[in-house]
This record gives sequence, structure tokens and C-alpha cells, in this order.
Amino acid sequence: MTAPPIPDRAADQPPSPSPSRSRVVRDALGVGVAVGLSGFAFGVTSAGAGLTVAQSCALSLLVFTGASQFALVSALGAGGNPLAAAAGAFFLGARNAFYGLRLSGLLRLPAAVRPLAAQWVIDETSAVALAQRDRAAARLGFTVTGASLYALWNLTTLLGALGASALGDPAAWGLDAAGPAVFLALLAPMVKGRTERAVAALAVLLALAGLPLLPAGVPVLVAALAAPLVLAGSRWTRRGTAAAGPEQREARR
Amino acid sequence: MSPDARTWTAITVTAAGCYAVKLLGLSVPAGLLERPLVKRLAALVPIALLAALTALQTFGTDKPGFTVDARAAGLAAAWVAVLLRAPFLVVIAAAVLVTAGLRALSGV
Repeated sequence: MTAPPIPDRAADQPPSPSPSRSRVVRDALGVGVAVGLSGFAFGVTSAGAGLTVAQSCALSLLVFTGASQFALVSALGAGGNPLAAAAGAFFLGARNAFYGLRLSGLLRLPAAVRPLAAQWVIDETSAVALAQRDRAAARLGFTVTGASLYALWNLTTLLGALGASALGDPAAWGLDAAGPAVFLALLAPMVKGRTERAVAALAVLLALAGLPLLPAGVPVLVAALAAPLVLAGSRWTRRGTAAAGPEQREARR
Repeated sequence: MSPDARTWTAITVTAAGCYAVKLLGLSVPAGLLERPLVKRLAALVPIALLAALTALQTFGTDKPGFTVDARAAGLAAAWVAVLLRAPFLVVIAAAVLVTAGLRALSGV
């Protein structure tokens, strides 16, 4: 699932005291429906990786965080160890903890609702909720995005998984290219600065170097080291050029 | 373990782990995870994983070593779609159609 750009209305328009509820609902549904439909791509990819319809649906119902789901089925499809595959999926899902942190202060959910709401804490619901100006609008945006996305994502997963088995060999239809395209589409909005580009490039090098040497599912975990390595490297060079002007430091991010 | 049991194990572990981090974020006091280094790493690790997965899925097969086949052309098409700011499903469709088309034409 990708986080579509949420219009930063606070910057575009003068603030109004009560944003219209229908406007919030419309934005939330737009995101929920557009991203929810891509569950179809997940269902097809999952079936192509050899998972049963029940397994594909269980992933969408219980994991419900797109990048982790795609990562898990691709690692399993490549014959990876189940725990290594789960580790890669888990590390991708760990970012949701940080969305939860930002949302908890904004939504102030009652303790009884929290365990239910937690399952909806993902890129899209966070993006919509955080774009709202007050608590009522944020709660509404979170709920409408979460409900529409959860319902559609699971429905289209089922349809994709059922449809894929009717298609036969997924490679003949080019469906083995859907997985990497999904990852690329998820990655693109995250790569904004020099540090991000360096992390992505180093991760690709580490992964491809590990591909002929390491068991399936392990190269991606090795590639995750690109993040601390680049961060350590940029801190070290920043310390070396601490006298650099603010512009250069800005460019380095 | 049978392949089916392996898959269910992976699904169970992933579901439990992913739900736990979501609930953790909603439940812990904000200061605990709000350290700048932790936040920076949390933003960069998904980038590393997604970049690696893109490369592995494009050039990997179920055998060791890497292969360049029609998927690479499909990914190039997806890249163009990303640069043109195409919607998510259009990016995927571009990759799938180019890959399938090239295979139909050449059998790569």
C-alpha cells in the first residue's frame, strides 16, 4: 500500500474553524478506495508465490500492512526460511509504531477502542488523520479511511487470489513483475533526499551481492543494514565538516 | 515442516509481530520512541528494505545467482510510470504489461 500525497490544506488555504465533515469523508474515501483496490495486486502476487486463497486472505485480514504482506509472500515464494521471511516483513511493519505514536496524541482513543483501532494504523490512515486540523476531523478521517481500506483490501485480496488460479502460469501474464513494481511504487515517495538515495543504492548493492551467496530471504535482511551504515556515515562526515554552511548542511539532510 | 505449515508459521509470526508494533505505538508514552536517532532509523529502514526487495524481485529466481529477463524491462516501465507520477495501479500495470508483452514476442 502506498501513501498517496495528501494535500496539505493547512498550507494551501486559510484555516477555517470547522472543516466540513463531508470534505473529510470524501478525502478519506478517495484514499481508502484507491489503495483498497490494490489488494487485487496482492491477491494475484500472493497466489503466484504459491499461497492458498485462505493464506492470502489471512494475511490481508491479520497483517493488514501492504509492504509487509508483499515482502512476506515474495520471500516465501523464493523458498525462504519462514522466520527470515517473517523478520523482513516485521521490519517493514515496524514503521507503523511511529504512526501510532503520532496518532495516539491526536486521536486520544479510549483504552477499550485502542486494540481495535491498532489494526488500522498504517501509512494511509495516518496520512489522512494527520492532515486534519482538529481531533474530530482526525478521528473521522482515520475511521473512514480505515474502514473503507480494510473492507476493500480484503475483498480485492480474495478476488485477486481466486482470479490468479484461473489465470494459470503467472509468469506468462507478466505477473511476476507485479511484485518489484509494487515495491518500487511504495519506495518512490519515501526517497526524498541524499541520505534516502544513498540508503536505497547501498541496499540494492548489498542485496544483489548477497543474492548468489546467501539463502533466500537473508539478502534483504543484510540490505537493511544500509540504513544504519549510511546514517553512521553521514553523521561521521557531518562531524568532519561541522563548520559547513547551513545550505550545505540542508542539502545533506 | 511441510510447505503449507511453513507458510502458516510465517503468517502467524508476521501477523503477531505487525499487530504488536501497531498497538505499541498507540499505547506507549510518546517520549520513549521519540528519540531523533530512532525516528531517523525508522524512516530509513523501510527504504533499504523496499529498495532491496525491488532489486531481488527483478533479478532473483528460485535458484541462486541473478538473471536479467523480461522483468527488468517491466521494472523499467514501472520506473517511467513512477517518474510520470502515475497512480499506484498504473505503475503495476505498466510492469505487468511490458513483461508479458516482451515474453509473448521474444520468449525471454
